[in-house]
Amino acid sequence: MIKNLKKQNVWFVFTPYLWLVLFFFVPLALIFKISISVSEWGMPPYRDLFSFSENGLKINSTLGNYLFIFSDPFYIRSYLNSLSLAFTSTVLCLLIGYPIAFYVAKSKPSIRNILLIMLIIPFWSSFLLRVYAWKVLLQGSGIINSVLIHIGLITEPISMLHNHYAVILGVVYTYLPFMILPLYGYLVKFDLNLIDASNDLGAKPLNTFVKVILPLSLPGIVAGSMLVFIPVVGEYIIPEMLGGSDKLYFGKIIWDEFFVNRDWPIASALAMSGIVILVFPIIIFQLMYAKYNFKNE
Amino acid sequence: MNKLFFKIFTLTIGFSFLYFPILTLIAYSFNDNKRVMVWKGFSLRWYKELFQNEQILEAFYTSLKIASLSATFATIMGVMIGFSLTRISKIPARPFFIFLSSSPLVMPEIILGLSLLLFFISSNHIIGFPSSKGQLTVLISHITFSVAFVAVIIQSRLSSYDKNIEEAAQDLGTIPNMIFWKVTAPVILPAILSGWLLAFTLSLDDLVVASFTTGPGANTLPIVVFSKVRLGLSPEVNALSAIIMLIVILAAISIYLINRSNIKK
Repeated sequence: MIKNLKKQNVWFVFTPYLWLVLFFFVPLALIFKISISVSEWGMPPYRDLFSFSENGLKINSTLGNYLFIFSDPFYIRSYLNSLSLAFTSTVLCLLIGYPIAFYVAKSKPSIRNILLIMLIIPFWSSFLLRVYAWKVLLQGSGIINSVLIHIGLITEPISMLHNHYAVILGVVYTYLPFMILPLYGYLVKFDLNLIDASNDLGAKPLNTFVKVILPLSLPGIVAGSMLVFIPVVGEYIIPEMLGGSDKLYFGKIIWDEFFVNRDWPIASALAMSGIVILVFPIIIFQLMYAKYNFKNE
Repeated sequence: MNKLFFKIFTLTIGFSFLYFPILTLIAYSFNDNKRVMVWKGFSLRWYKELFQNEQILEAFYTSLKIASLSATFATIMGVMIGFSLTRISKIPARPFFIFLSSSPLVMPEIILGLSLLLFFISSNHIIGFPSSKGQLTVLISHITFSVAFVAVIIQSRLSSYDKNIEEAAQDLGTIPNMIFWKVTAPVILPAILSGWLLAFTLSLDDLVVASFTTGPGANTLPIVVFSKVRLGLSPEVNALSAIIMLIVILAAISIYLINRSNIKK
């Protein structure tokens, strides 16, 4: 009997284990390897890390790709642009999303369920098409320009596309549901009597919000912010569709290095640096946050 | 009164922001003009062209096929991970296993796509597999990033339910091998379903990873749509958006109605 259980367990553990080692870990190790290789013409476009010659084993490894990236302000700026885009849009999503989540959670159950469905619909519909919708709206001949001209605010269509404000708008729009839904999840469990109690005890509304509501919805804020911040850091589609050349972002740079310049070692080195600069801080934050929560419990 | 006004005001503005772009797109899908934003008159012309566009239709089938296969495999492995992490204590290099099963969640898709593509090319050089890039490589990539999402859902469900049920089943003489199938799986069925649905949408929606790992004959819907709208606008894509929105709205309403009738019972 015990043997049977173990057999099942072995399958349960090792099927996903092997899969993830093979298709997640090995590919990451591979881009690390390529990132310290010397680029050269040919296929694959880099020199093998180890080569045998008359003098024995030779290691063709280099840190040159990393030095190249970090000596060029172009690449460093793209990392900073991505971080600042992720930060700005997370804050904006929180500022816009919090009141919406709060009032949806506070509505009567019958209305609440309908509003919840209305929040989920954009969440489910195609990401790419929602970005495209803004491309249509912001066109020179688009509806926003037409309305502005019609009411006489402007005489000529203004160009609203292809700049980093359009990118921020697109990001906030597409990621807003990712912020609202976890916030709603925590706020709906929240006992409304606590607000009345706080009011009865003489707290001003602002005080009630800062001292009662906000701390209790903190896990929702953290969860929502993570869901926005993490994917936006590597975002490629939105800058490509709505952005221009005024600000370049990390995702697009990797894409271009690989597909346009065909420079595998540089693209790999950019990806590895991206993991260290953009992903590690998130993992460390999550570990610290988990520890903090554990202590508080 | 003031409070109520503020509430209605916030919700109106919020929901208008969420819906205005989508609704505009749908409205203009009925526009009988090649220039997307200049209204000429009502017509169903773009819907007709959409349904005659072989490239889009084929991409749609490819996407559905990859998404349903990817969701199924990802769910199976996600359940295995969730079960392993909550029920099996002896996992070799457990922290490494946790790292593997959770870090795809925080890995930018562009890095994931790049690393998988380079991996497929290298493994093709070394062992000749996969012989070419195509639907199989996209499928493998989609399974890989979806597994982590399913695992999180299953894990949170498994860690919140009472383990005593499993022990009771064991005391009552259920063969340990069957406990998972007869006791655990039925209890976590809703989590399994929502995991599958999430993996399905992740695959259907993915552009970046698919662009890296795709090859001849494996253009998914997002890849085709992206190639159409990257540089300009496309009235056919407007019609496509309207159809997708309709499907999503119908799905959402039916789920709402099912939930409501369940609550009433």
